[in-house]
Amino acid sequence: MTAATFWPPDRALMHAAIEVSALEKTYASGFTALKPLDLAIRRGEIFALLGPNGAGKTTLISIICGIVNPSAGRVLVEGHDILLEPRKTRSLIGLVPQELTTDAFETVWDTVSFSRGLFGKRADPAHIERVLRDLSLWEKRDSKILSLSGGMKRRVLIAKALSHEPQILFLDEPTAGVDVELRRDMWSLVRRLRDEGVTIILTTHYIQEAEEMADRVGVINRGELILVEEKAELMRKLGRKRLVLQLQERLAAIPPSVARENLELAGGGAELVYTYDAKAGRTGITALLGDLAAAGIRFTDLRTEQSSLEDIFVDLVRRAA
Amino acid sequence: MNLHAIRAIYLFEMARTRRTLVQSIVAPVLSTALYFVVFGAAIGGRISEVEGVPYGSFIVPGLIMLSLLTQSISNASFGIYFPRFTGTIYEVLSAPVSAAEIVIGYVGAAATKSIMLGLIILLTAAFIVPLRIDHPLVMLLFLVLTAVTFSLLGFIIGIWADGFEQLQLVPLLVVTPLTFLGGSFYSVDMLPPGWRTVALFNPVVYLVSGFRWSFFGIADVNPAISIGATLGFLAICLGLVAWIFRTGYRLKK
Ligand SMILES: Nc1ncnc2c1ncn2[C@@H]1O[C@H](COP(=O)(O)OP(=O)(O)O)[C@@H](O)[C@H]1O
Ligand SMILES: [Mg+2]
Repeated sequence: MTAATFWPPDRALMHAAIEVSALEKTYASGFTALKPLDLAIRRGEIFALLGPNGAGKTTLISIICGIVNPSAGRVLVEGHDILLEPRKTRSLIGLVPQELTTDAFETVWDTVSFSRGLFGKRADPAHIERVLRDLSLWEKRDSKILSLSGGMKRRVLIAKALSHEPQILFLDEPTAGVDVELRRDMWSLVRRLRDEGVTIILTTHYIQEAEEMADRVGVINRGELILVEEKAELMRKLGRKRLVLQLQERLAAIPPSVARENLELAGGGAELVYTYDAKAGRTGITALLGDLAAAGIRFTDLRTEQSSLEDIFVDLVRRAA
Repeated sequence: MNLHAIRAIYLFEMARTRRTLVQSIVAPVLSTALYFVVFGAAIGGRISEVEGVPYGSFIVPGLIMLSLLTQSISNASFGIYFPRFTGTIYEVLSAPVSAAEIVIGYVGAAATKSIMLGLIILLTAAFIVPLRIDHPLVMLLFLVLTAVTFSLLGFIIGIWADGFEQLQLVPLLVVTPLTFLGGSFYSVDMLPPGWRTVALFNPVVYLVSGFRWSFFGIADVNPAISIGATLGFLAICLGLVAWIFRTGYRLKK
């Protein structure tokens, strides 16, 4: 056996699930929704795309799925170009769109079976049954879609996307306007799919969800990807910490000898809150504590808090604006 | 070829026909029967026969064509416009299907409906007036060609239309007048000479004439030319559809 046997490495093992390079979109109206954008989604991860309304999340997803034509750039899905081998790339992808666009007069069973056929898969009633049961739709299988509630319609859209056993699943704001039960069901389903090896890309407004669910987070604003980071790393790196001091005696104002940037009085004067960059070499904590002692301000307790993804997100978007 | 997809689209559309059976089949049959009463009985009383064919029988091929054209267009245009309107088209656009497969599914279903409808009207007519079909295979060829061609035209209209009004516009403003002026109820030879020349620019004249020839062996234009003209129109529609999918026109942003 020679070294050549090992090289080139199996393409399937090497490339990402999705590779977006220099992707641009300018709509017919002249509006540029995506500036040149690069992004790689790893196989098997849950990737959360965060961004304010109009950031370009749906546009990006729509291009990858083949619904919107790109203006420039390239997208590879499992190593295949979406424009050159659309049949290959599309059969790998399931899409749950943002809008509740369902049929009306068809039954749940029919519309989900239709999706499977449309994606080129042989009929498999056992699989459809499994999907419907997983989504608590089994009892509703013979109901016409128009008779279902909004939450149930959302489940139907997910069932349609899963009907053809995709390797990559896009969920475009899946929990917007959805009840708590469905949200919980959905996240347990997403975890199970990930365990089965499905790559999941979701967009959400609920930052706690990204924080809870995602392996990596991308932040997009005005068509630009501002940041892509491991979620844990992101929280660690960009996370600002807060030091909260519980005061023995309430303060009316912060004495000038102690006052500094990032120090605030809270809890009606019962707490001092100092925000600092956990990653910085000098956090300023020692100096603060020294000044407090010198001013005779005593505290009964202290704690530190990590800032949430939401704080990070708001901060990033504000900085980029 | 994604045969599963073609089947899925085709069956989905046929299920829609079943759900709207009254609207899809019964209504056109009823209105055709009314034409028989009005034109066949009222005018037939004055014109006893045309070129040796009783007037009631003479108008049968034209009536079938009239229904075939309008129903093909309205079925196919609605079939593709509705998912565009509701947004469910996203799924077809994101599926691993080629333009040809989408067209075969949608246009195939619309054409099937029209052909069924044409045959039902033919059957209905056979109960009312004496009928003979000299060239049954040619008759079927015209039936299928016309159903497919005008379903394609309907499909194009369904993609072009930006509202329900536009969806009705072409059938109302173009197709219905062309059909009425297309010799459904008279022989082009009955027109004054000047109008006869004008009529030859009407594509429907060729369809009706060829179709009628397959029944009674009488024609306003040579049947070969009729088939040629129909094939030509089919080619134009196919070209348009190919262009639409290549550019994503009105389907993709
Ligand atoms: N068909 C379109 N024509 C013109 N502009 C559009 C079109 N679709 C979306 N946009 C614009 O592109 C921007 C990005 O939209 P979208 O991708 O839907 O954002 P998001 O999903 O992040 O909310 C928005 O400003 C939106 O108004
Ligand atoms: Mg969106």
